[in-house]
Amino acid sequence: MLKRLEIYANPYRFMRLSARLTSGLWLASLVLLAIGLYKVAHVPPDYQQGTLVRILFVHVPSAWMATFIYSFIFVATISALVLRHPLAHVAARAAAAIGAVFTLITLITGALWGQPAWGVWWVWDARLSSVLVLFFVYLGYMALWAAIEDEARAARAAAILAIAGFINIPIVKFSVDWWNTLHQPASLMRLDTPALDDAFLYPLLWMAAAFMVLFAALLLTRMQMLVLRQKTQQQINRGQDYV
Amino acid sequence: MRIFFSLAYQHIIVASRSGYALLAVAFLFMVSTLLPFGVGADLLLLRKIAPGLLWVVLLIALLLSLEHLFHSDRDDGSLDQIFLLPIAPELAIAAKILGHFIAIVVPLLLAIPIAGLLLNVQFSTLPILGLSMVAGAPALTLLGALGAALSVSVRRGALLTVLIVMPFYVPIVIIGTVAAPGISLIILASMSVATCLLVPFAIIAALRDI
Repeated sequence: MLKRLEIYANPYRFMRLSARLTSGLWLASLVLLAIGLYKVAHVPPDYQQGTLVRILFVHVPSAWMATFIYSFIFVATISALVLRHPLAHVAARAAAAIGAVFTLITLITGALWGQPAWGVWWVWDARLSSVLVLFFVYLGYMALWAAIEDEARAARAAAILAIAGFINIPIVKFSVDWWNTLHQPASLMRLDTPALDDAFLYPLLWMAAAFMVLFAALLLTRMQMLVLRQKTQQQINRGQDYV
Repeated sequence: MRIFFSLAYQHIIVASRSGYALLAVAFLFMVSTLLPFGVGADLLLLRKIAPGLLWVVLLIALLLSLEHLFHSDRDDGSLDQIFLLPIAPELAIAAKILGHFIAIVVPLLLAIPIAGLLLNVQFSTLPILGLSMVAGAPALTLLGALGAALSVSVRRGALLTVLIVMPFYVPIVIIGTVAAPGISLIILASMSVATCLLVPFAIIAALRDI
């Protein structure tokens, strides 16, 4: 497994492979999104919330993606430090902006949902606060990458921040749990059967799959962009040396 | 161990000569004077929110003082020297942070009760508030030092430090202002101990090869 991953450590091989994959991934994500949205449009309205419940199908998958992408960054960072995989730092950096956008979508759709359902746009509740902190962690991580010019140095600093931020997330979650909570607990990720009717569950899973493939497509595209930028920068630097 | 204490002592001397502690304390009082004007003439409201305001004021003063911690040392090259010392660089950096804590954070903590008077804080809550700040201040300092170390190679990195460190301060402020003083003191103290043990290693990883 490790040997096979090492083959793609070569940026040229990565560029060749990802160029072949991206268009397929983009197509797949669009098809999945279309199917998901079609299913969402045909979901029966909730007996309490009416058609408002449809926000769920954007809100919940993007919240999953927000946390999943942070874990992805953490794993990529660890493998960059341990396996010295040269593309792992690039992967972590490329994922950060996507994760930040998914977190922002979660926050905005949550506010839009909270206003009619709870009567408030925003409450300082455990779940909401920790997602907001996650958003700030993403912002700090991206700002650190952008602020340090030297690529290797930026990678090292960002790696330390990513690991420290990963420890911080459960602490934040735990600390804000001390406050009273308005957000409902997880209704899908639990040991007994999901507390969600099949009519809601399947469209939700379609949307989650669509978001996941969309993430893969965005990630590969952004990684290609970063590799190209690195290459351009190297060529510019080399040009300056000759002059 | 002798090197450890002489390093801390040296940092205290340098910091006290620069008068930075006075500046930080003056800043703390300035902000505490400004806040009642912002809140308005409602003394009872001020009393209610005073603990939270004091935490935020302490936190900002602490964050602003952190630029002082590595930048000047990096500019004159003495930051590279810690790798040449006969003790582990993690210990050397811990000594530096200890010096910073004694020279700047302790004066800030001493100023908090007086700033509390300005904010009309209730006297009976002051001991608990002070204790929880004392328990949480090491964690605040160490996490801030980590942020300063990460952004040390950035010109004018103070704003970046704030952006990086703020998410880490959130749980400390929440626990510091929570209503159950006994448990929150224990959690704050354990956070301080945990950061004491972990953060020096992260800082050294960030400072190596810079």
